[in-house]
Amino acid sequence: MKRLINLTPSKPVRWLLGILPFALIILIYIVASDARLLENATDKLLPSFGQMGETLHSYALEPSKRTGEYLFWVDTYSSLKRLLLGITIAALLGFTFGLLTGAIPVFHAPVSPLVTVISLVPPMALLPILFIVFGLDELSKVALIVIGVAPCIARDIQRSAGEIPQEQIIKAQTLGASSLQVLLRVYIPQLSPRLIGSIRLTLGSGWLFLIAAEAIASTDGLGYRIFLVRRYMSMDVILPYVAWITLLAFIIDWLLLKTSQKCFTWHHQGAH
Amino acid sequence: MTAVIQATPLITAKNLWKKYGNNVVLERMNISVNAGEFITMVGTSGCGKSTFLKMLLGMEEPTSGELLLDEKPIPNEPDQSRGIVFQQYSVFPHLTVLENVILAREFEHSPLIGKLFGGRKQKVVDEAKALLDSVGLTPAINKYPHELSGGMKQRLAIAQALIRQPRILLLDEPFGALDPGIRADMHELILKLWREHKLTVFMVTHDLSEGFYLGTRLWVFDKLRRDPHSPEAYGANITYDLPVTRKTTEIPAEIKAAEIAL
Repeated sequence: MKRLINLTPSKPVRWLLGILPFALIILIYIVASDARLLENATDKLLPSFGQMGETLHSYALEPSKRTGEYLFWVDTYSSLKRLLLGITIAALLGFTFGLLTGAIPVFHAPVSPLVTVISLVPPMALLPILFIVFGLDELSKVALIVIGVAPCIARDIQRSAGEIPQEQIIKAQTLGASSLQVLLRVYIPQLSPRLIGSIRLTLGSGWLFLIAAEAIASTDGLGYRIFLVRRYMSMDVILPYVAWITLLAFIIDWLLLKTSQKCFTWHHQGAH
Repeated sequence: MTAVIQATPLITAKNLWKKYGNNVVLERMNISVNAGEFITMVGTSGCGKSTFLKMLLGMEEPTSGELLLDEKPIPNEPDQSRGIVFQQYSVFPHLTVLENVILAREFEHSPLIGKLFGGRKQKVVDEAKALLDSVGLTPAINKYPHELSGGMKQRLAIAQALIRQPRILLLDEPFGALDPGIRADMHELILKLWREHKLTVFMVTHDLSEGFYLGTRLWVFDKLRRDPHSPEAYGANITYDLPVTRKTTEIPAEIKAAEIAL
């Protein structure tokens, strides 16, 4: 018998082992849900998959009686729009500041301490200020995501810029490059895959800020909906929505990874 | 090869000193190098040969004294007059072999964004292909550096450094990480390119026989004065400046003694 640390499961076994916890959780849920519904058919805490399916059907495929909108899709559209807008602005800002502070010492001196301090302010504590300054509309929600995410991206990119070997920067200069040319041809291409990695890591907090902002002041959105129906203990809405948010997060992450692998093959083959 | 005799030396150091705080690295250096020389520099770690190379490159400035290129102070930042090949990290990992070489021409012909397209790009591509052929990289032109062996990476770094035709080529232990067989191939390559491109080469090496084999002039860096209670008090200088006329690996006795100290 080999040591435990030397045992490696074969590929099909790995798959099976990977699916196992999910299957177990679903099984436990079904058993518990059945037991509660048998006791009390109007129980709301653990709805059956059938009930959740029905609710999802009415939310996604039937127009709302009050507004005539397909609530599920309206919520999804609003939330994704806010999230993607927020993350895009945060990525552009974070990349620009991270690049300039990481590559240009004269820029680093005045800006870097500021970025560090800003990144330490808890963004949620700023939400009331954002509501006061930007009102309760879209802008404050997007702004929260930007404020929460951009400093993290900036610091990550700044660190990555510092990790580019000095030899390369000197080499570029001996090939006659100007400062701008070094930024455009050496820093930016090498930092682009790092940016995608950085976005993937910060997307989790992006979702957090989105749902928090929607929960506090909104009229639509995935976060708004689950906090709205909480008042009625509508677990049949909340659970599918949470699963949907998770799926969306997974898809965005997967798309980013695939984009990076396709555009920056050299980065993913171990060249740094 | 017959060295081109110039009226004025290419590189001159006049009473050159380099200190970091109280740490004297180089002291009282007086040298003069003509165009076309192949200088190899050996010495113990921390004896200042890399510092001297950095001063030639423009990354470090003399603390006092003068370092002159064509009798004018050497530019205080790296530029295209002095090419460099480091032991590692010399090539750009995000560019293919061909892109790595045309990059210098792109910097030259596209001053703002440093990127060429279409016909203007094709012209520099043709030039780069010829250069890559002369270093034996034709089969690899579309590969990325991480797909190359150590020797091929250094061939690429050399080709990249040469495309803008620098007058001076600086080599910082370029073959230190290579296998002996590959290193012998690289020696032939660098000698060939030195003759063809009429370069003046400064090469730091840890390998004394390499220094004798490649150089037309070998410098040994060492400290002439030592204070055992304050090892930083005195800097190094060139203790042996040997013209290497014979292409041989036979090493004079006094250098043999120095090598033991290395």
